[in-house]
Amino acid sequence: MNTLLRILAWLGASIVAVTIVESILKSLKNYQIMGSDIITDYGLNIICLMGISISLAVSLQLINGYTGQFSLGHAGFMAVGGYVAAFITKSTLTGANPPDQSLLGTLPVYIFALCAGALAAAIAGLIVGIPSLRLKGDYLAIVTLGFGEIIRLVIENIEAVGGPRGYIGIPKFPKWTWLSAGGFEGTFSSLSWIFLFIIITIIVVHNIVESSFGRSLVAIRDNEIAAEAMGIDTSFYKVLAFTISAALAGFAGGLYAHLYGQLVPNTFNFVRSVEIIIMIVFGGMGSITGAVLGAIILTGLPEWLRIMAGLRSDSLPSWINKSLGYLPDLRMIIYSSLLILIMLVRPQGILGNYEFSLSKLLGKSSKNLPKTTEEKKA
Amino acid sequence: MELFLQQLINGIVQGSIYALIALGYTMVYGVLRLINFAHGDVFMLGAFIGFYTANLLGISQPSVGALILVMTVSMAGSAAVGLVIERFAYRPVRKFSRLTSLITAIGVSLLLEYAAQFVFGATPKSFPTIFETQNISLFGNVTISNDSILIIIVSIFLMVMLNLIVFKTKLGKAMRAVSFNLDVAKLMGINTDFIIAFTFALGSALAAAAGILYSVHFTKIDPLMGLLIGLKAFVAAVLGGIGNITGAVLGGLLLGIAEIMVSGYISSSYKDVFAFLILILVLIVKPAGLLGSAAQEKV
Amino acid sequence: MSGQAILETNNCTIRFGGLTAVNELNLSIQPNEIFGLIGPNGAGKTTVFNLLTGVYAPTEGVIKFLGQKVDGLKPCKISAMGMSRTFQNIRLFSSMTVLENVMTAYHVRTKQSFVDAIFRSSKHQTDEKAQRDFSLEVLEIFNLAQFANEQATSLPYGSQRRLEIARALATNPKLLLLDEPAAGMNPQESVELMHLIGSIRERFKLTVVLVEHNMKVVMGICERIQVIEYGKSISLGTPQEVKNDPKVIEAYLGAG
Repeated sequence: MNTLLRILAWLGASIVAVTIVESILKSLKNYQIMGSDIITDYGLNIICLMGISISLAVSLQLINGYTGQFSLGHAGFMAVGGYVAAFITKSTLTGANPPDQSLLGTLPVYIFALCAGALAAAIAGLIVGIPSLRLKGDYLAIVTLGFGEIIRLVIENIEAVGGPRGYIGIPKFPKWTWLSAGGFEGTFSSLSWIFLFIIITIIVVHNIVESSFGRSLVAIRDNEIAAEAMGIDTSFYKVLAFTISAALAGFAGGLYAHLYGQLVPNTFNFVRSVEIIIMIVFGGMGSITGAVLGAIILTGLPEWLRIMAGLRSDSLPSWINKSLGYLPDLRMIIYSSLLILIMLVRPQGILGNYEFSLSKLLGKSSKNLPKTTEEKKA
Repeated sequence: MELFLQQLINGIVQGSIYALIALGYTMVYGVLRLINFAHGDVFMLGAFIGFYTANLLGISQPSVGALILVMTVSMAGSAAVGLVIERFAYRPVRKFSRLTSLITAIGVSLLLEYAAQFVFGATPKSFPTIFETQNISLFGNVTISNDSILIIIVSIFLMVMLNLIVFKTKLGKAMRAVSFNLDVAKLMGINTDFIIAFTFALGSALAAAAGILYSVHFTKIDPLMGLLIGLKAFVAAVLGGIGNITGAVLGGLLLGIAEIMVSGYISSSYKDVFAFLILILVLIVKPAGLLGSAAQEKV
Repeated sequence: MSGQAILETNNCTIRFGGLTAVNELNLSIQPNEIFGLIGPNGAGKTTVFNLLTGVYAPTEGVIKFLGQKVDGLKPCKISAMGMSRTFQNIRLFSSMTVLENVMTAYHVRTKQSFVDAIFRSSKHQTDEKAQRDFSLEVLEIFNLAQFANEQATSLPYGSQRRLEIARALATNPKLLLLDEPAAGMNPQESVELMHLIGSIRERFKLTVVLVEHNMKVVMGICERIQVIEYGKSISLGTPQEVKNDPKVIEAYLGAG
C-alpha cells in the first residue's frame, strides 16, 4: 500500500515538475532577445535530444559505471526499443482499425508501445548480459559491440520496417498535457514525455544505486571474487544490470522514434554506442550527475560550435574568422580529441564519482555519520 | 564444385587481408593487452598514403616496381603514424587502467576517421592503377585474378618475414619477453618502451601493406573503409586466439572463407551478421580463441 | 571424531593440468572449534580454502558443509549457507567506505526486494537501517567505527585485515575461514588479533578455520591443527602433538 502511494506521489510530483517547466518555456515563447526568439522549435528539438541522451547515459551508467561491465552495445538496445514501439504505434494508429483519435483513444497505445519497446530491449539486454558471465573487460566490450551490430544488421534486413532505407511515417506524440495545446505542438508534447522519462530514469537508477542492491553492483565492479565470496550472486546481478539498463535505453529509443517520426538503422551503429560511452566517461564513471552533465554538453556540442561559428565578425583577423567557420564541420574531430584529452588528463571524468545532492548542498550530510567512540563517551 | 572452389579462392584472398590486419591487433594485444581500435584506421591511412604517393609521383604505367615503391612508402608512412599514436596517445595512459587505454584507442580511431573525412573528403576515391589486373583461368569456369595471386604471395612473404623477426632475432625475443611479462622484461634490462613502439610500427606497416593490396584489388578507397574491416580483422584475431601470431593468420583465413561462403550460399546481406555471430560464439565457448591460452585470476 | 562435523571433506583432490595441488585431503571440523591449517609455502592451504568456498570445484572427492554436499556450488551459494572467508591478498571493495564494505556483505540476508529499493518502501528503509546498525556494531567490535566513513583502502594494512574479518562476519556465518589474518601485523597487533578471534567466536557462535604462518598465533589460539605438505595431510592433532611430530619438523626444516 505504502509502495503504491509512493508511486502515485512520484508520478504526481513528476507531472507537476514537467508542467512547471513547460509553462516556463511556454511563457518565454513570446519573448525575444536581440530580435530573435528565445524559444524556437529548433531549440526545443535540441533540448529533447539532450533529454534522450540523458536517459541513455544515466541508464548506461548502471552497467558501465556501477557494475563495471564494459558494454559497447547500448545503441542496439535503443534500436530494439525504438523499432518495436514505432511498429506498434504505426500499425495500430495508421492501420485498418485505428482507435478513436482523441487523446483517450491514442494515449494508451503510446504507453503500451513504449513499454513493449522497453520490454523487448530488456529481453535483448538479458541475452547480451549472459556472455558477461564468462567475459570481462575488453572481451566483453567486443562481444557487446558484436551484439549491437548484429541487432542493427538484422533490422536492416527486415523489410517490414523499411530495411536499410529507414522506417518512416511513425506517428508523433499527441498533445497530452493541457498546456501543450497551441504553440509548439509536436515538439512540446515530446518534451513532456521526455522530461517525465528523465525523471523516472534518474530516480530508478539513483534508488537502485543507493540501496543494498546498488552496493552489490559496485562490489562486483570493485572486486568480483570478494563479492561472490560475500554471498552476492554476481551472475544474477550482472544480468540484472544489463536488463534494467537495456529496458531504460529501449524506452528512450521509443521516445526518439516518436520525436522524429522516423528511424534509420545506421544511426544505431557502434559509433552511437561510443557516443553514449563518451558522455559518461566525460562526465565521470559512476556518477549520475556526471552522466547528465556529459549528455548535455556533448549532445549540445554541435550547437555550441555553431554558436561559436556565429561569432565571426569583420573586426576579427581573417584567420580567426576562417577557423571559426570550420568549427561546425569539425564536430566529430573535436569530439574524439576531447575524449583522448580527458583520458590523458583526467581519466576519471570531470566529476569522477561525485554526486550532486540537495541535502549536501544545504549543509546536511546525506548519510548519517556514525558517532565516534569519543562522542559517545562524552 | 566449381562454385565451391571459386568461393574458396575468393575466401582465401579476403582472408589474407584480414590476416595481415589481424597480425597488428594480435601483436599489440600481446605486448600491451590493449585492443588497438585505431588499427583499422591505420589500414585506411595506408591506402590513402599509397593513393597520394602514386598520384604525386605521377605513376601512369602499372608495373611491379611502382607497386613495390608505393607499398614501401605507405608502409613506412603508416609505421610513422603508428609510432606517433603510441607515443602521444597510448604511452601516457599506460599507467592508468586498461579501460582508460581502451577508451583512448576508441578516441584515436574516431579522430583518424573524421580527420581523414575532413582532409581527404568523405566521398570514395578511385585508387590509381599501379598494377594491371587480369583474370587467369585455372580450369573450367574457375578463375583467379593476378592481383589475387599477388595478395596471397605478398601476405605469405610478410608473414614469413614477421615470423623470422619474432622468432629468430634478438628484437623478437625481447618482444616475446615483453608480451610474457612487461614488468619482468623491464627488470631484465629490456627497453620496453622501445619494444612496444617497435611493435606498433611493425603492426602498422603490415596494416598499410594490407591497405595497398586491398586498394589494388577493390580499387575504391574511403575514410571509413577501415571501420568494418578493422572490426572483422579483430574478430579474426580473437577467433585465432588474441596474442597468438599463428592464430591471427588462421583466424583471418577462416573468417575470410566463412564470410565468402555465407555470401555465396546464403545471402551477402548476412555475411557481417555471421562474422559477429562467430565472434560471440567463439568467445562464449572458448574465450581464449582457437589457439590461445586462458589466463585465470589468482585468488 | 566425536559429534557431527560442521565441515567435512572426503578424499578431496584438485589437479591443475599435471599439478596435484590438493591430494586426497580429509578434513573434519567440529562445531565451535578454532582449527589451524598450516604447512610450508606452496603446500596448498589457500587452494583448500578456494575449494571449500567454491572458487574451485574439486577434481575428485566430496565436501560437506552442515551435512550438505557443497562441492560444485557457486561461491555465493556456499556463502549464503553460512561459510564466509577473508583473503590472503586483501580484497576489499576499494571504492567504498569502511561502513559500506561491511554493509555490502549484509546483502546476503537483506529483507528488501528490488521493487522495495526502487520505490523506497518502508521495508527498504527498515532494512537499510538494520544493515547500518549491525555493521556499525561489528565495526565497533573491531575498533574500526571511528573510520566508518573513510575509504576502506585508505586504512593501514592491519586495519584492512581486521575490516576483512568484520565484513565476513556481516554475512552471518557459522564457519569463518581466515586466510593469513596476521600477515603483515606487528607482534602487538597479532596478540590483539588472537584475542579478537577468540571473542568473536564466543559472541557469534562461530567455528573458525585459519591458515597462518605466524606460529605464535596458530599455537596460541587453535585447538586442533592439521599440517599439509604438497597438498597432502601429514599430521593432525593438538598444537603440542603437531609441534612434536617428526614429520612436521621434517617438512618445515628439511630432512636430517
